[in-house]
Amino acid sequence: MTSAEKYATAAYLVVLAVVLLYVVLYAFKLSRLEREVSELVGLAREKRDRREAA
Amino acid sequence: MTYLRDVAALARKDLLLELRSRDTLPAMLLFVLSTLVVFHFALPAKTSDAAQAGLLWVALLFTALLGLVRAFVAEREQRVLDGLVLAPCDRSAIWLGKGIGVAAFLVLAEVVALPAYGLFFGPVGWEFVAAVALADIGLAAVGTLLAAMAAASRARELLLPLLFLPLVIPVVVGGVGASVAAHPGRYLAFLGLYDAVFAILSWASFEYVVTE
Amino acid sequence: MSLRNNQAVVLAAAAAVLLLTGTALAFYWVPNAPLEGFRQRIFYYHVPIALTSYACFGWAAWKALRLLWTRDRRYDLESYTAVHMGVIFGILTLITGSVWARTSWGHWWVWGSRQLVLFLVLFLFYAAYFMLRFSVDPGPRRANMSAVYALFGVVLIPISFLAIRLAADLVHPVVFSHDVGSKLTVSQFTTFFVCLAGMLALAGTLYRNELTGKRVDARLRELREALQ
Repeated sequence: MTSAEKYATAAYLVVLAVVLLYVVLYAFKLSRLEREVSELVGLAREKRDRREAA
Repeated sequence: MTYLRDVAALARKDLLLELRSRDTLPAMLLFVLSTLVVFHFALPAKTSDAAQAGLLWVALLFTALLGLVRAFVAEREQRVLDGLVLAPCDRSAIWLGKGIGVAAFLVLAEVVALPAYGLFFGPVGWEFVAAVALADIGLAAVGTLLAAMAAASRARELLLPLLFLPLVIPVVVGGVGASVAAHPGRYLAFLGLYDAVFAILSWASFEYVVTE
Repeated sequence: MSLRNNQAVVLAAAAAVLLLTGTALAFYWVPNAPLEGFRQRIFYYHVPIALTSYACFGWAAWKALRLLWTRDRRYDLESYTAVHMGVIFGILTLITGSVWARTSWGHWWVWGSRQLVLFLVLFLFYAAYFMLRFSVDPGPRRANMSAVYALFGVVLIPISFLAIRLAADLVHPVVFSHDVGSKLTVSQFTTFFVCLAGMLALAGTLYRNELTGKRVDARLRELREALQ
């Protein structure tokens, strides 16, 4: 590959890298959201059980 | 007419306060003089006139910042800003009154700085003075608005330079251009354009910056 | 609700198709530019990314205006997300522009390139936007200030552009610009247009994703408070 081709390809790869980085960050966010939702489901169940017991 | 009276009252209040306490203006004057001396030592021997003029503009910018950081301090410390906002005047009058005060301080600082520059470095032509006058309007207009924003934040003195500097890069271009270029007309016209656009924008949006 | 979800999926799919097609066109179909050679192909990503960045800032300013007009707080989140996207694409513009400068003129940074300098100024301005939001407590005051700042930003774009043009005569007499011009051939224009549409769709998709994520965060917080 000539030098020009290397630089041109590098520019495209940088864009790809940033988009993929975004995907990774979003994977983290989604797993955090899932954890929070299951926590909240637990809280909701407790609340319902407490109400039924009372 | 009450609008203009409100503006005059607010501007007078700031100028009187400064006259009595005398803290901001002397600091600005000393600051700009010290900066000019530092520049003399910072510049290598054969620096061009253009570079020296550029440094004066940098000094003016930072002097303006010094004055602006103090612009809303008094209001914040005594919660006067809330009172002003509740007062039955158009909020933009606060901006205009404050802005006139800031511009007045800048002009006073330049009355000292420009002759000092003429003494230490090189002659100051009429285009230089015109550029400085036009730049004062723009700097005061956006600076007052940004100072109000910074006053409402937790990191006031840190935030104001960050907000201020990118926004006034065009003023530096116009000012330095008018000072050193062969045909300053374009640069002066550009400064006028900047002033008009940003003064109108600041005047219209100040209300939203200080209210909920 | 499901219509909105469908829209989001369609936008994402369109972004994927357009961008893949555009990239393929840029590498396989378009011939080498006569003067610049192979390196000119960076143009098919660099300029669409730059235009998308402007579009994001414009969108942010529009949402900011709507916020100030209607005082409806949901526009604050939309404006903020749009600025976020604009900064991401702005950084990409600076990086691709820098690579292009390196391969064209030998330096990673050239003050003589008007577009690079403009994006640097805008980056500084919008980075300060985040500093502003960081140092003010959440609430209507922060929303209003962010909106005013976003409006200032969009006005700054043409003024800075003018300033940089004027500065070229003073600061650096040699103006670096790529030999693209307005005389694009049909194949060049098609490729450019497909890439531009793809980038805009990508920005839209990322914007939607980000917005949904933030809204879900807010709803979960509400839910948590309701349950405790």
